[in-house]
Amino acid sequence: MDLPLIDLEPVWISLQLAGITVAILLVFATPVAWWLAHTRSRIRVVVEAVVALPLVLPPTVLGFYLLILLGPHGWVGGPVQAITGSPLSFSFAGLVFASILYSMPFVVQPLHSAFESVGKIPMETAQSLGASRLDAFFTVISPLARRGYLTAIVLGFAHTLGEFGVVLMVGGNIPGKTKVISIEIYDRVEVLEYAQAHILSAGLLIFSFLVLLMVYTVNRRLPVQVT
Amino acid sequence: MTDLLSAKLKIDYPEFNLDIDLNLPAKGVTVVFGPSGSGKTTLLRCLSGLERAPTGYLKLADQVWQDEETFIPIDKRKVGMVFQESRLFPHLNIQANLLYGYQRTQPADRNLHLDEVVQVLGLAPLLKRYPDKLSGGERQRVAIGRALLTSPKLLLMDEPLASLDIQRKAEIIPFIKKIEDEFKTPIIYVTHSMNEVLQLVDTMVILNSGKVVNCGPVEEVFSDVRLRDAVGDEQLGAVLEAVVSGHDEEFGLTRLDFMGQTLNVPQQNISVGQRLRVHIHSKDVSLSTAPPEGTTSVLNILRAKVAKIGTLEPKGYSVDIELDAGRPILSTITRKSLSNLNLKPGQPVFAHIKAMKMVHEIDKI
Repeated sequence: MDLPLIDLEPVWISLQLAGITVAILLVFATPVAWWLAHTRSRIRVVVEAVVALPLVLPPTVLGFYLLILLGPHGWVGGPVQAITGSPLSFSFAGLVFASILYSMPFVVQPLHSAFESVGKIPMETAQSLGASRLDAFFTVISPLARRGYLTAIVLGFAHTLGEFGVVLMVGGNIPGKTKVISIEIYDRVEVLEYAQAHILSAGLLIFSFLVLLMVYTVNRRLPVQVT
Repeated sequence: MTDLLSAKLKIDYPEFNLDIDLNLPAKGVTVVFGPSGSGKTTLLRCLSGLERAPTGYLKLADQVWQDEETFIPIDKRKVGMVFQESRLFPHLNIQANLLYGYQRTQPADRNLHLDEVVQVLGLAPLLKRYPDKLSGGERQRVAIGRALLTSPKLLLMDEPLASLDIQRKAEIIPFIKKIEDEFKTPIIYVTHSMNEVLQLVDTMVILNSGKVVNCGPVEEVFSDVRLRDAVGDEQLGAVLEAVVSGHDEEFGLTRLDFMGQTLNVPQQNISVGQRLRVHIHSKDVSLSTAPPEGTTSVLNILRAKVAKIGTLEPKGYSVDIELDAGRPILSTITRKSLSNLNLKPGQPVFAHIKAMKMVHEIDKI
């Protein structure tokens, strides 16, 4: 059987987008999740709700506002255009920006609950042994929260890989720049190239299944550690 | 010269108050004793820097930890902490746990090193193991070692034995005494166990409802008519030091010298000249005003004077009497007896001691 030729570029763009998004998210989501897990502030619930918004909003709504925000006249796109000469909308950088917001809850929430279950005691203990907060975070808290990190990375990555609506709205469909797997699948179906659509879809399906299988297996094996 | 630890702390929360002013020698074991909710743990957390009292002044030797402008955070205070739970890091093996604080101590400040701590605390067989493979007592020894390896100026221990069974407790106490002997690290030790007090204490701080009720050497401050609430009915009584003066083989007794008077106890396997600590419950001390020569089976009768008479509770039937027998001794008698004997401060009395509890080996180098 001859396999139909498929364009691998969207796959590559998807992987890049997901990788970069998760990397940036880990940096920003960690302090947010830490704060959520330990603050007694009243605005905590507000922040929690905002972070969770992408879970319930239709991607088109998020995409629409992001399009405006990132466009040449938007609060973000305007200044960016002034500096770089082009707006963020319909660019890979814009896609990253959108994906960060869109995948935020999938990274923040596992970290939040991991930090909550680690609790305050390991931090206090490490500090009592002369560690600064940052030192204690890297040497004690994050190893103890590793299950949360694994879940956050995998869910963030897989979710970014699978996004469609926001990417279409913000990134358009520019081959080689913003055309990702999910959009490529849509395109193939539109032109009735079911074979290519099959390969890409099945690939994404199997990949997602394997990833989730791995998360659940590893999470079962990693002992829950209590101090 | 012994360093001084000064602590003035005031916390005014609706549900909790703390108002203390302490000056303690940073030497030996200072036991902070009191019922739960008396502020023991809060005092310790303020000393450590884990908590910041809204108004406070803390100073150890010449280093101010807290005043109006200053607040030295916990990781800069150089205090070691041992908690009720060992709080070992589960992802690190015992050696890495022990070295966690050591590695974060300036090389110039390191007075204690892994080898000696491992040796004194008997940790050598545990080093490559992980905390979840250790018994509670072993974990607690590692926690103590880990805190010591930061070469702390002060070791703060918050009920470190409370979660262990009696056997494990007995296993750890000698190690805590060794810390004092071998490393000269002053210890502040929070507990509400009289047993631990008797075995460890040099200086005693008694807290109740967020206030210091009494503070000083245990022999001097523990027999006080104001202590019933803070110490509790079961434990109220004198803590005295006595020296073994001889054995009476014929009757199976050991003679103790206490301030020139003699106490007889069941024969002890300990040599003449050694000191031991006795705890005499106030309810085991009865009083008579005339010498009971040959008319009683009670063997231990001390000559004393009435020093203070406790507050008479209108509804209560008993009253605490503080006696002076060279050191204070506490006696609980009925109000009726007080009235019958017509006791007044300064009056000579005979204290009949019906029972006492002994703790060996309080000698320290």
